[in-house]
Amino acid sequence: MADKRELLILGGGLVGMTLALAAARKGMASHVVDRADMAELTADGFDGRASAISTASWNLFINLGIAEGLEPLGCPITSIAVTDAMRPGRIDFQPEPHEGTLGRMFANRDLRLALFRAAEREPLIQWHQKAHVVTRERGEHGVAATLADGTRLEAALMVAAEGRQSPTREEAGINVARWDYRHRAIIAGLIHERPHGGVAWEIFYSAGPFALLPLQDDAQGRHRSALVWTVNEDDAAGILALSPRAFLAEVGKRMGGMFGALELNGPRAGWPLGFHHTAKITADRLALVGDAGHGIHPIAGQGFNLGLRDVGALVEVLADGRRIGLDPGDAQLLARYETWRGLDTFTVALATDGLTRLFGVPGRLPSAARRLGMGVVQRTPALKRWFMDEARGVSGDLPELLRG
Amino acid sequence: MGDATVANVTIRDAEAAHFDRLAADWWNPRGSSAMLHRLNPVRLAFLRAAIDLHWGGDIESATPLAGKTALDVGCGAGLLAEPLARLGAAVTGVDAAPGNIAAAQAHAAGSGLAITYRDGELAGLGGTFDLVTCLEVIEHVGDKPTFVRELARHLAPGGLLVLSTPNRTPTSRVLLVGAAEMVGAVPRGTHHWDDFLTPDDLRALLTDAGLRMDEPRGIAFSPARGFHLSDDLSLDFITTIRHA
Repeated sequence: MADKRELLILGGGLVGMTLALAAARKGMASHVVDRADMAELTADGFDGRASAISTASWNLFINLGIAEGLEPLGCPITSIAVTDAMRPGRIDFQPEPHEGTLGRMFANRDLRLALFRAAEREPLIQWHQKAHVVTRERGEHGVAATLADGTRLEAALMVAAEGRQSPTREEAGINVARWDYRHRAIIAGLIHERPHGGVAWEIFYSAGPFALLPLQDDAQGRHRSALVWTVNEDDAAGILALSPRAFLAEVGKRMGGMFGALELNGPRAGWPLGFHHTAKITADRLALVGDAGHGIHPIAGQGFNLGLRDVGALVEVLADGRRIGLDPGDAQLLARYETWRGLDTFTVALATDGLTRLFGVPGRLPSAARRLGMGVVQRTPALKRWFMDEARGVSGDLPELLRG
Repeated sequence: MGDATVANVTIRDAEAAHFDRLAADWWNPRGSSAMLHRLNPVRLAFLRAAIDLHWGGDIESATPLAGKTALDVGCGAGLLAEPLARLGAAVTGVDAAPGNIAAAQAHAAGSGLAITYRDGELAGLGGTFDLVTCLEVIEHVGDKPTFVRELARHLAPGGLLVLSTPNRTPTSRVLLVGAAEMVGAVPRGTHHWDDFLTPDDLRALLTDAGLRMDEPRGIAFSPARGFHLSDDLSLDFITTIRHA
């Protein structure tokens, strides 16, 4: 058994690599296999995607020792403004000063760089880049993957972190409930004249939410936000084909001109949106983490945070198991992971799906109902607290690695 | 439950034969030993805490039993012996049912663990061990005083003995013997309620053998939490024991 490790992580993206690092902190060694090439993934302007990092996820980064390097790159979200097509009746989620921020915004590229650099320094991580998995085996005593170049990697537990199209999940015969929103998220970086003041905007239009997420000013001191604009599938190609000038005019119209003149920062991209969920996130010697187990609408920027809560829970379960001498692939450990994560992912998935549908209904009456609903939330401290805690990721039974 | 059987002149042949039939399915977490699999993390957590306390080790260490010898009495197919080996101990497992020992050896080889397995009599085994475990076993033993004296003889000076067994209460009669067998949670014929010991019965047996029993903890069951450590001793209890 050449170099049999605790974990065989298939998929070395943000979630997979965070898992490898967190496991290493607990003394567990992993193989990480990814098709991509790090140099390409971290090339300047690779994509304009950005992620909200909740307070809980930030605690995980602190525990992994990568928070310090990331700190200057993140833009604290001081409040979240939710409006129905910029009509009156908006909800503001603004924490009290002692409660800290609602999270931090990062360019995905910065997160990837920090994780990859940390992984390169970590002797317990063996990272196989540009590697294609040809066969997967899950047996009574362990798991293995054979790569296209013939390399065979062995471990006690296989973890699928390949994202929503996870081939490992498909091969294991785990069925997911899924539906397609028939929508695309248009992702783009924006440079704008006026500062955003740390406000994250969720502006609901009947076609879908239009979100502006505050980023740090760039090196030249220009104000930046990440745009996540949900449009109908049928309109997406047309919007992406617009000239930059016409595109910015459409975007500006939906923002009501609140940030002044706009410029594009990097390329635009369209991502198909879907929802999928499975109650079963484990099989014999297999665990699913991140979008492999649950893909939710990016409406509230919770997808990555949810994946990091998977990471925290799985690592805690495995570390507890290791303390009592259990094999990382032990069925009892996987059962605990599944029970722990099941309710959380389902709750968040339903909430975001419900929001999407609620705000996806066009017409004047639904709009009035939505504004009424927002008014109720605005005036009900308990509800607002629940929404804010969800944004921070601190409600529910939080894994130790994600606690402050 | 019923971890296994112990080779001893005192054990009933029928019990050994019963477990022999179950051996092949032992490591299947959804098989006939499913209840034991679910119990395993709970009793291992107790064991880990007891180990750290007894030897004053680092609670974060992955191998708190490094350099120590361990004996699992009534080891079955190695459900407890393998974790003890991962925790660093040089483990010997002994069981009365040859089928169990064959299953245990095959599984340990697959897991890449070096464990010494013996079928037959505990009395026939030489040597003493730093840690002796005997979990869900004594209820299957016929001549309990002789068996307990054998446990004492195999416990090294300054060593730690951990023992668990179902309590003889109406709760265990209804849940473990009646309901559990009726719904198939444990195989029929696994438990004989009249053989169960109360904590006081056990303490008396141990005292006669020159051993001192600490305060036992309960292993309780609830549908919401599954098996868990508890102050409720009515179903099953686990305790640490040392030389008096």
